[in-house]
Amino acid sequence: MVLTIIVIAIIAIIAIFLITMYNGLVKLRNWVQEAWSQIDVQLKRRHDLIPNLVNTVKGYAEHERETLESVVEARSQLVNGTPQERIDADNQIEGALKSVFALSESYPDLKANQNFLNLQEELTTTENKVAYSRQLYNKTVADYNIKLQSFPTNILAGMFNFKQEDLLSVPEEDREVPDVSF
Amino acid sequence: MLYQQIQNNKRKTVLLVVLFSVLVLVVGWAIGYLFNNDWVSGIVITLIVLAIYIPITLKTAGSQVLNMSGSKEIQREDHPQLFGVVEELSLAARIPMPKVYIVNDPAPNAFATGIKPEKGAVAFTTGLLDRLNREELSGVAAHEISHIRNYDIRLMTISVALVGVIVLIANIGSRMMLFGGGRRGGNNKNNNPIVMILAIVLVILAPLAAQFAKLAVSRNREYLADASAVELTRNPKGLINALTKISQDPNEVKDAKEATASMYISYPFKKKRKKNSALWSTHPPMESRIEQLQNM
Repeated sequence: MVLTIIVIAIIAIIAIFLITMYNGLVKLRNWVQEAWSQIDVQLKRRHDLIPNLVNTVKGYAEHERETLESVVEARSQLVNGTPQERIDADNQIEGALKSVFALSESYPDLKANQNFLNLQEELTTTENKVAYSRQLYNKTVADYNIKLQSFPTNILAGMFNFKQEDLLSVPEEDREVPDVSF
Repeated sequence: MLYQQIQNNKRKTVLLVVLFSVLVLVVGWAIGYLFNNDWVSGIVITLIVLAIYIPITLKTAGSQVLNMSGSKEIQREDHPQLFGVVEELSLAARIPMPKVYIVNDPAPNAFATGIKPEKGAVAFTTGLLDRLNREELSGVAAHEISHIRNYDIRLMTISVALVGVIVLIANIGSRMMLFGGGRRGGNNKNNNPIVMILAIVLVILAPLAAQFAKLAVSRNREYLADASAVELTRNPKGLINALTKISQDPNEVKDAKEATASMYISYPFKKKRKKNSALWSTHPPMESRIEQLQNM
């Protein structure tokens, strides 16, 4: 009688332990997805803002076709492709947009245009949101992967087919300190 | 270094809150011992007072600060940049977007409120918005959002409530001592005189100790919010520059009250600060905050 109670108690404890572990994994996996969806929202937002910017700038700086084209080219990549491809397109746009914003220095009318200023602020905040969400995404993925690889969760993860997630990487040239010369 | 600092600060806060709770219970015990001649009655009464006092304080705290500070809620159109900055950082902190308020005041300062993240609000003075660039503003907003994410406001509210309870009980205790209310019918015969004296000293000193503990919690939380702000922005420079600008400004926040002073990112009464010693201040000295940030 006592033995049966002890056995049942042990089984119950193990069951609770396994359920907690499993739910922990599910929660983290969902957080990874949620973090990605944040990036997704912001990339789409960037995609939608770019035509407005291009139209505004075009009126003032007809000659800067090349700079604008490079922005437009990368734009469609923002909403298509694998996560890493889309992030790469975003990095490309980030560089191109910097030159567009730098353009305004040589076009005083453009620099004073309220519409342009609003777009600049909106694109800046959207880019920051992409950066912050990326940071959050990588942190969440790291938490999830650590859990996935640690004992004893790794056994459970293998049984229920939880897969590792990839971190989003930053292109090599972004990591270098920019060269500033006067 | 950064994570270590965050861990350190969290540990210190836990320690302080434990000390705080022990203090409350000890005062309760002392009163019970002095007037009822037993060990538990005072503690039971203290616990009952706490159970009523703390929920009420928590319920009313958030809106009170906002009302007292004279702040006005804004929408995105009123200040797109500020709104964007707050939105960015609440995304990074994984908390719901807090409400954004502006205080019309030339002194650069900011504060956050909200017992839990869903009810969070951040407020910035116009002086701050005029003086800081986007990077610095991000640093300040990250500091305030960290206060919300770290549940600092709840912690501070509870400490304020605990101080209130200690002061209240100690007050009743000292009054009873003065008028000799409890010493009737010779039931003090069994009292140990040394324990008696200890209990009396406790009742007198506890309110003071409680104040110290509250201020220590507050100072610790400022360091923690600075460290978590950097964890969010990954950019200590913005906050360092902002704090430098804030500390160099001589203006005082008009609508700040002594009771809300600990909420601000920087102590709102600049002139008073110089006279106060380190133990009595709500905020750590600006120099040591900046030094800690530089070491990250």
